Amino acid sequence: MSTTVAFEKARAEGRAALVGYLPAGYPSVDGSITAIRAMVEAGVDAVEIGLPYSDPLIDGPVIQSAVDAALKAGTTTTDVLRVVEAVAATGAPAVVMSYWNPLDRYGAAAFARDLAAAGGSGVITPDLTPDADDSWIPAAREHGLDTVFLVAPSSTDERIAMTTSACRGFVYATSVMGVTGTRAQVGDAAAGLVARTKATTDLPVAVGLGVSNGAQAAEIAAFADGVVAGSAFVRRLLEATDLAAGVASVAELAADLAGGVRAR
Amino acid sequence: MDTRPDPGHVLSADRADRPGRFGPYGGRYVPEALIAALDELDREYTAAKQDPAFTSELDHLLTTYTGRPTPVTEAARFGAEAAGGARVLLKREDLNHTGSHKINNVLGQALLTKRIGKPRVIAETGAGQHGVATATAAALMGLECVIYMGEEDTRRQALNVARMRLLGATVVPVTTGSRTLKDAINEALRDWVTNVATTNYVFGTVAGPHPFPTLVRDLQRIIGVEARQQVLDLTGRLPDAVAACVGGGSNAIGIFHAFVDDPDVALYGFEAGGDGVATGRHAATITAGSPGVLHGARSYLLQDDMGQTIESHSISAGLDYPGVGPEHAWLKDTGRATYEPVDDADAMEAFRLLCRTEGIIPAIESSHALAGARRLGERLGPDATILVNLSGRGDKDVDTAAKWFGLMDESGEVAP
Repeated sequence: MSTTVAFEKARAEGRAALVGYLPAGYPSVDGSITAIRAMVEAGVDAVEIGLPYSDPLIDGPVIQSAVDAALKAGTTTTDVLRVVEAVAATGAPAVVMSYWNPLDRYGAAAFARDLAAAGGSGVITPDLTPDADDSWIPAAREHGLDTVFLVAPSSTDERIAMTTSACRGFVYATSVMGVTGTRAQVGDAAAGLVARTKATTDLPVAVGLGVSNGAQAAEIAAFADGVVAGSAFVRRLLEATDLAAGVASVAELAADLAGGVRAR
Repeated sequence: MDTRPDPGHVLSADRADRPGRFGPYGGRYVPEALIAALDELDREYTAAKQDPAFTSELDHLLTTYTGRPTPVTEAARFGAEAAGGARVLLKREDLNHTGSHKINNVLGQALLTKRIGKPRVIAETGAGQHGVATATAAALMGLECVIYMGEEDTRRQALNVARMRLLGATVVPVTTGSRTLKDAINEALRDWVTNVATTNYVFGTVAGPHPFPTLVRDLQRIIGVEARQQVLDLTGRLPDAVAACVGGGSNAIGIFHAFVDDPDVALYGFEAGGDGVATGRHAATITAGSPGVLHGARSYLLQDDMGQTIESHSISAGLDYPGVGPEHAWLKDTGRATYEPVDDADAMEAFRLLCRTEGIIPAIESSHALAGARRLGERLGPDATILVNLSGRGDKDVDTAAKWFGLMDESGEVAP
């Protein structure tokens, strides 16, 4: 099931879709499944499941510390697929967010096959642009997976067009120049970038990087088809005293953000 | 029949239909946010290298500021007593301003930064040599400078931290991951993606996304260009072998490049074997690693079955890196260069021998090449001529060496 389904449902309701990120394996594999399910029940339309990586160069300290802990606990690519399977069973589209090397090592074709078998919708590749490598797009197409690539405020119009033509599912627009992490301001660059992106494609455009509350979600929902929140969810888990408190806190944030994308 | 790729194709990156590829290696695996800056750097570099104003300014600095050309020194006692009687010639990059070959690259990239019009430079550093060189060039050209250095390395190389601060740079200790060079590169890339509008990343080695492997190689080529002519002038012929240490691989590519089309000159890269490759505690990326993507390029790297980077280990902070430049990966696969590990103990023995036989204190990094030259001397015999890239001097390593040889006790006091 393509992620597009979640965006179409939101559009039919006259609102933006809410996309929530959490890494697989934090605080444990089962704990991450519990937290992600709670996020979905509280109003997240689609889920990004982070595949932990040793060198996450576009992630800020919050996500770094969670994925470090997940790796130290021994989280494997197979565990990530198990999380995908459990989340997909909720009916919410589940995409994997992964740096390229773990997928390259697993084998692009094998990963596409196994992700599709687990019910996953696709992959967001933060350090793989469509022109970087020949192996991923054909493998994903063969298994009907979404290929979600990033556009950035620094992207030229020409590169935006190249990128969106390779995207399936949706386009991920990074609101600011920088790494993941919550911000007081989500950036004036975001609206302009979304406009430039929408000029090249009919795919939904979701905005990520920096969103931490319902007010910011509402601000972005005014010009984008989707709002992505990541570090803010991870922080809820990191700061919780135990899993139950963390899951409750994640659900509370999801509800706040879900209200934000519905505010008009 | 020899089915290996034509060695002349090895250095065809500039001509390739996919820029920055060395066979299957190299490329650009980075966030989209950095593509514009990499394109800008590539474009400006391509224009600059054809601009006489740029090349003459760089040549002028290399002569009057760095002290080029660096000499070739005949290490007669070292050859006779420590390298099987072979004729050992040292390319003296240790005599450069700031003490290593790193300045060759940095002056070029700092001039490029000025040309692009950005006021701030950042860099990663392991041993501190690239950080010191970058801080030096930044001071010379009036650029703001921030150096990322693993916390573990700031401890091992405290003297170089002080040098960078004296030169006006901000040194940021990196406390994530293994707290060494790999993590310093991650932090520098995070800074760059955030501040790319004002900042140029002065990358220190021939790794990273295109155009860095080509750019840094071109700026280090001068080592081999000079050395090839110097050896011809001195001996009347080309050397039988060229030896260099390989971490990321910039000094090795720098000296190899001029000899790639000389089929009778064997090229040897010596990687850091740490406690021994069999122990798993090493930085012998080509010897014991496998192809994958790290820090924006496809090359060999130390990784586990999941594609997670494995932390490297070496007594030498400058070689303590789990990746290697993509051109080395291709030189390895084509068979044009040979890569072997040298463990900590062998490197330190070569360090000691060069001190005692030649009155030269080498960097521990370069001591890996010296240990390799000893091995080659035994293998090739007394008729052989071996050119060694002495990439840096050992002033920064005196503390580490004094502890290794028991000249100081644990508290840092001189042993009786």
